[in-house]
Amino acid sequence: MMLIECPHCGPRAQEEFTYERTRDSVVQLDDAPEVAMATLYARTNPRGEENEIWRHTLGCRGWLELRRDRMSHAIVAVRALGRAVLP
Amino acid sequence: MLRGALGGHRHWGRAWRAAEPRAAYDIVIIGGGAHGLATAYYLASQHGIRNVAVVEKGWIGGGNTGRNTTIVRSNYRQAPLQRLLEHSLKLWEGLSDELNYNVMFSPRGALFLGHSDADMTRLAERGDSLRAMGIDAELMDVDAVRRLVPLLDFSRAARWPIQGGLIQQRGGTARHDAVAWGYARAADNLGVDIIENCEVTGFTRQGDTVTGIETTRGPIAAGKVAICVAGNSGHVAGLAGLRLPIESHTLQAYVTEPVKPMIDTVIMSQSLHCYISQSDKGGIVAGGDPDGFPSYAQRGQPVRLEDAIAQAIALVPALSRLRMVRCWSGVTDMSFDGSPIIGDLPLRNLHLNGGWCYGGFKATPGSGHLYAHHLATGQPHPIAAPFDLARFAAGRTIDEAGVGPMPQHR
Repeated sequence: MMLIECPHCGPRAQEEFTYERTRDSVVQLDDAPEVAMATLYARTNPRGEENEIWRHTLGCRGWLELRRDRMSHAIVAVRALGRAVLP
Repeated sequence: MLRGALGGHRHWGRAWRAAEPRAAYDIVIIGGGAHGLATAYYLASQHGIRNVAVVEKGWIGGGNTGRNTTIVRSNYRQAPLQRLLEHSLKLWEGLSDELNYNVMFSPRGALFLGHSDADMTRLAERGDSLRAMGIDAELMDVDAVRRLVPLLDFSRAARWPIQGGLIQQRGGTARHDAVAWGYARAADNLGVDIIENCEVTGFTRQGDTVTGIETTRGPIAAGKVAICVAGNSGHVAGLAGLRLPIESHTLQAYVTEPVKPMIDTVIMSQSLHCYISQSDKGGIVAGGDPDGFPSYAQRGQPVRLEDAIAQAIALVPALSRLRMVRCWSGVTDMSFDGSPIIGDLPLRNLHLNGGWCYGGFKATPGSGHLYAHHLATGQPHPIAAPFDLARFAAGRTIDEAGVGPMPQHR
């Protein structure tokens, strides 16, 4: 079980959040096909830290970027991506 | 055996040798799970390639082979998966004889429940596609389901009302540990070296050709290196500098105290991630949803376990009287279309068998058989050909759930 420090709401239980994708896997509209393909499908999938996009779905619905260890579940850093969707 | 029992069972020898790594092999298989051991066995038995090593970082069968819910079936919706799993199911049917080892394959039926009109339509559709492929499938109405599993909650107030089901009579369960041990002993008898406590730490390369592996027990040269480490495919491929369309997620399961026979089939559902069966020892083995985010931790969240228990009790209320004795998690190799990847990697002489998501156990014999064919001949077996890595770039993904590259929604 992880406790995630939402930049808008404070520390909340992990079950309020949903994982979206890795930070490096966001396809840009003007990416070349090969680049878009690699971005969409190739993952580092490290047994260690990775930057991930999460959403506080059952809270403020804001988007977050987490740096998280996939072995220990330790959360190294959290920052907001944009503003909270709900007040 | 009687003399052994009187002597406190101290007479049993090892079922396979504790091999020391040699300097070089024709083929080195990374991963001593059931898939890797099956690959080694079929390389030796079908293709006569016996200069083979299986290297395992822990003990054989200690990963996902020992962490699944032991269900075997081939009732998928799409043709490539049907061919793959049916190939495997046919091998399961003769496996105990082939290995001279009782893998306790028990074709007790694999039943999918339907909870709504939409579910029944989907089940009928799947049944049609299976029968068109020559695979057994029977659509059942609610009375037939009631006769088969009377303990299900058939009341109108049920959380998931039951309208019927689709059963594959030839599906069932098998003893997961015995599968690893049986393949290990049979492969060892044919001269395969099984090297435990030997973790791969890197690959040796000449340009774009892989020439061997670095391990915690020294370097081993190899004509071909075969990755077979589902759960850790991303990590091991990463040692070779490759990135795969795979993310590692957690899936949990649990078992109750043993009770007298109460569920004599495998219960699954069209709408839920749910699988309930009773082991031959009597424990009710069940599981639910994956945890939904990447993790290698081999431990899951209590909230997902609670959900899995709640849905099992909602389907079979009598389960609420049982005590849970164990729960555990495995690291699932979630590929980005939900289907396995069997074939070549961008480096020469390096091959992959992985991405089995949470459905690898049922495929064990077929997976090993097809992978061995690929390694021995250099060509994909026709059944495995659609499952190559190139399918992602080519846009011919095999996406049974229609979810796309989002493993957390699978």
